[in-house]
Amino acid sequence: MFPARFQYHRAGSVKEALGMLQQFGDDAKLLSGGHSLLPMMKLRLAQPAHLVDIGGINDLVGIREEGGKIVIGGATIHDQVAGSAVIRSKLGLLAECAAAIGDIQVRNRGTIGGSLAHSDPAADYPAAIQALEGEIRLESGSGARTVKANDFFVDLMTTAIKPGEILTSVSFTPHTARTGYTYLKHRQPASGFAVVGVAALVTLDTKGNCERVRVGITGLGPKAFRATAVESALTGKKPEAATIGQAAAHAADGIDALADIHASAEFRAELARVYTRRALQQAISTIKV
Amino acid sequence: MRVTMTINGQQRSDEVEDRMLLVHYLREVAQLTGTHVGCETSLCGACTVLMNGKAVKSCTVLAAQADGAQITTVEGLAKDGELHPVQEGFWEEHGLQCGFCTPGMLMLATDLLSRNPDPSEADIRHALDGNLCRCTGYQHIINAVQYAARKMRGDARKSA
Amino acid sequence: MAAAVVPKFVGTRVKRREDPRLISGNGTYVDDVKLPGMLSMVILRSPYGHAKINSINVEAARKIPGVVAVVTGEDLKGKLGSLTTAAPAEHIPYHPPLAQGRVRFVGEAVVAAIATDPYKAQDALDAVEIDYDPLPVISDPEKALEDGAPIIHEEFKTNISTRAQVASGDIDGAMRSADRVIKFRLVNQRLAPVPMEPRGAVAQWNQGSGQLTLWSSTQGPHLLRSYLAEILKLPENRMRVIAPEVGGGFGAKLNVYAEEVLAGYLAMTLKHPIKWVERRRENLATNTHGRDQIVYVEAPVKNDGTLLGLKAKFICDAGAYLQLLTPLIPGFSGMMMTGCYKVPAMAFEQLVVFTNKMAPDAYRGAGRPEACYIAERTMDMVALELNLDPAEVRRKNFIPKEAFPAQIPSGLVYDSGDYAAALDKALKIIDYPKLRAEQAEARKQGRYIGIGLCSYVEICGIGPSAMLPPTMKGGGWESATIRMEPDCKVTVLTGVSPHGQGQETSFAQMIADEFGIGIDDVTVLHGDTAIVQYGTGTFGSRGTSVGGAALMMATQKLQAKMKKIASTMMETPPDQIVFHQGTMALASDLSKSIPMQKVVDAAYGYKVPIPGVEPGLNESAFYEPTACTFPFGTHACVVEVDPDTGVVKFLRYVAVDDCGRVINPLLVEGQVHGGIAQGIAQALYEEVIYDENGQLLTATLMDYAVPKAEMLPHYELDSTVTPSPVNPLGIKGVGEAGTIGSTPCVVNAVHDALKPFGIKNLDMPLKPERIWRAIKSARKA
Repeated sequence: MFPARFQYHRAGSVKEALGMLQQFGDDAKLLSGGHSLLPMMKLRLAQPAHLVDIGGINDLVGIREEGGKIVIGGATIHDQVAGSAVIRSKLGLLAECAAAIGDIQVRNRGTIGGSLAHSDPAADYPAAIQALEGEIRLESGSGARTVKANDFFVDLMTTAIKPGEILTSVSFTPHTARTGYTYLKHRQPASGFAVVGVAALVTLDTKGNCERVRVGITGLGPKAFRATAVESALTGKKPEAATIGQAAAHAADGIDALADIHASAEFRAELARVYTRRALQQAISTIKV
Repeated sequence: MRVTMTINGQQRSDEVEDRMLLVHYLREVAQLTGTHVGCETSLCGACTVLMNGKAVKSCTVLAAQADGAQITTVEGLAKDGELHPVQEGFWEEHGLQCGFCTPGMLMLATDLLSRNPDPSEADIRHALDGNLCRCTGYQHIINAVQYAARKMRGDARKSA
Repeated sequence: MAAAVVPKFVGTRVKRREDPRLISGNGTYVDDVKLPGMLSMVILRSPYGHAKINSINVEAARKIPGVVAVVTGEDLKGKLGSLTTAAPAEHIPYHPPLAQGRVRFVGEAVVAAIATDPYKAQDALDAVEIDYDPLPVISDPEKALEDGAPIIHEEFKTNISTRAQVASGDIDGAMRSADRVIKFRLVNQRLAPVPMEPRGAVAQWNQGSGQLTLWSSTQGPHLLRSYLAEILKLPENRMRVIAPEVGGGFGAKLNVYAEEVLAGYLAMTLKHPIKWVERRRENLATNTHGRDQIVYVEAPVKNDGTLLGLKAKFICDAGAYLQLLTPLIPGFSGMMMTGCYKVPAMAFEQLVVFTNKMAPDAYRGAGRPEACYIAERTMDMVALELNLDPAEVRRKNFIPKEAFPAQIPSGLVYDSGDYAAALDKALKIIDYPKLRAEQAEARKQGRYIGIGLCSYVEICGIGPSAMLPPTMKGGGWESATIRMEPDCKVTVLTGVSPHGQGQETSFAQMIADEFGIGIDDVTVLHGDTAIVQYGTGTFGSRGTSVGGAALMMATQKLQAKMKKIASTMMETPPDQIVFHQGTMALASDLSKSIPMQKVVDAAYGYKVPIPGVEPGLNESAFYEPTACTFPFGTHACVVEVDPDTGVVKFLRYVAVDDCGRVINPLLVEGQVHGGIAQGIAQALYEEVIYDENGQLLTATLMDYAVPKAEMLPHYELDSTVTPSPVNPLGIKGVGEAGTIGSTPCVVNAVHDALKPFGIKNLDMPLKPERIWRAIKSARKA
């Protein structure tokens, strides 16, 4: 309940924050909404000497459309994403996923950048980021780079972010016509995190066949991933119940499933298959052809 | 470091340790002990306050992060001696027993009602995801929030 | 007619008088107590389930700025008494407030740091170095009984703390004459009470007067004072315990804990007020837990469902040390295990066994939920095995309403009851026959709907002092003082210590009616040993039935005195005078009255002495109940199980409770709701898990699943009213009923849903994975 001592620094701009990171090196941690880091610090599981607060940097907050993409600033809170008219109409899967994170208070403070950088294996956002093939922009003193979602999540609580980099935004391609989506999760009863969460996004062609299928799964393995075996099993097919079921049966293929007191590896894998099937069915059922 | 914030309409400025949590600032420095600490893991919601009008868990915000913010705590809900409708609702509908979770419940309810003036039972249950109560089994809390909603909508109908 | 005074408040939904302060942030809980010069205490706890402490180095910790003291068990040796149990046991271990040489469970207090604020005290603890040698751990009580198991307290040469054996009737004969003997194993898993306010203590020592004041988040301030005074070696009249606003207890705050001893002792030695406020991790690891009983049940039955007897062998986890009532609780489980049913013979054997875990103790229901679980799972097992309807099996075996007062085989005497009436009402509300038809239809469509019943009876209003162990301080009685102040306002001092139950309101309702005054004219004080006469406290659903009866006794004394005074003023015999709307009036003609204020003036003014009447208006009473009360009811619920995920969804939840006469229906509803929530939590969600190394895996609320609003159903409540003949108020008590009735109800419903799979007996909590696995293996077979 009582964090160890540290020095707090509020950055007014990305540039200033990058300077601080350079100055303090490994002793510094970035603080955005604080809903991943502060809980660890209260238990003294994390004891950084310096905190660089980027939550107040105006450039990092907000949602904008830019060159056919939707760009969300790294310090944008979940509540803003869930409630944004632009996101809800053009990137509904992300809005739905953001609304499923934690609770009202958490969504009022937690940020997309903070969630992704922390990369908790049971976090909700990564499932949608994977399904939506989000692109993560990382800035450092030496410039900026963009990392694709699939390359961003590296391992258990490990991302592609290098020391000295700041996650400044995530960008997405809006949903196209004849697209349906949903995010379904099996909630861990105590924490509200996902035991398994499945983000499904399906676009049908004019004949009603699956043209494009994207499935992002969180909670199952050490990192959120795209269930490509499911996607390819369904792509080009008519979305009939049996076909969806056969495709969803591949949801846990090749994944070394996590186990804890809430679900064994075997049960997690089964949940991934069941929720994938249901998410695909639900996503497809919402499409108006 | 120095932090300055407006709490229940009154500005104050204090020298605090960088590591001080907002909830400790409110309770120990500002002497507003209505906001409670119920867990260490940002889960129970007893510490919920409004920060710039939005419900937040003050155990998971540094006082430093709240520098410059407008904070409303349970002590700031009643105006001119008149209870806020959510306070009235909790009293009328027996929405509390031991009272420990209540301040957080009240603050969360004000945020909820600012978003949704006519929440269903299911809406309220969902909105309470971040607030634990061990005494009431929640049903009277749901009635209390609906009472407040009716009152705030100016609907005089009595509770069901 | 002497019945001129009609109750105005009793029986009505009066909103609570406690609430204005609590909804405005003006309640004072322990953590809100702030004293000049106050220091913070933080405790370092054992990370091991069992280990030898080789050395503790606190030198670096003591040098941290702001740190005042760092204290270990060695520093306290010989200075303090042992924490203890109030219940008799063969083996009671020495239990120092800080570990000495050995730790026996994760969370055991090892070092206390005192600093100017808790951040700095925590800094100090981070700098403490402890060298431990881990020892073999026992976390399973059945393994603790095996030959060659590591012994937790070597001096006892066994892990059995105590044992009990009770038998009544011819159980062997029942087994022989039965058509079937149904045998099964039940586990009442370990639970954490989790009051929303963690525990806390503030201690202040006045060197001049030699008085220690302790604010503690406790359910029993007087009991705490008696035990602490003994451990701290202080006279009881130099020790004051204040239970300020207490944020829930559920049994966990009915105890004497190491931290209260430490805060008191360190305030006395450091000459500074000391505050300790528990963190939630400490709360989950070191507050007394609940339940944790394994029971092997044997039920001899006839083919028509008649129960001929009940036999049970209990293995009860005692944890590493005994807390106040640890060995007592299982007794209630055994004594009440025959439930609502006429059972000619019963026998049980109990072993209370040490393990490397925190001690279980009273938790909402305290032994009766376990008893009810045995009785009600037995009913459903009988119905299942004999292919009978569970409602009919219950009806067939109920103690009939003509039989009350009814002595059951354990010797307890049920006061009053009509079990069939409650069952019938519940079945009618859920429309049982229609539901069964819908269930059959749903099964055809591959939907698994289950209907669960639980007809419970429990033991409340504890109770006659003989019910409690002779070794326990205090008794089963309760006390009250009532004072008519000079301005005609009433002050009540009650020995119970409410912390959410609402007696500031219900007692005010009673008194307002008794004197024909307003509720706001009554103030109810409690929870301060310097203000209130000795009391027993709030537990065992006794607050209103026992505390209220004491208050009525004191009230009658006061009223008699006031009538005596009035009689000389009105020149009327006292027995013809009644209290009416602020006056004392002639019962036969209420218009012939004098203002009550005049009587009060006469009592306090005493200008013209009244023969045989002392001045003042202050009366006390201690009420010793003649017997316990036995509330009952039937809960019925409907659930649907998702066979693919094992998730249980509520479709309906109906509770018909009979708690006797009701003072305030609003408060009773609140108690029932909260009780049901906690019972459902046991059935579906909650479980304290230690691994085989004694590590606590449910160490935070991120892993211990206290249910949220979305995880609970909408409750539909109804009642029957069967007054209790054992107390003057006819009250039975309701604090624990919901918890007792709901757990078996939900478990039975889930099993009913799973009946097509042939699944008979799954352990709680019925988590999705457990159900999914059972379905999966049933499908394979």
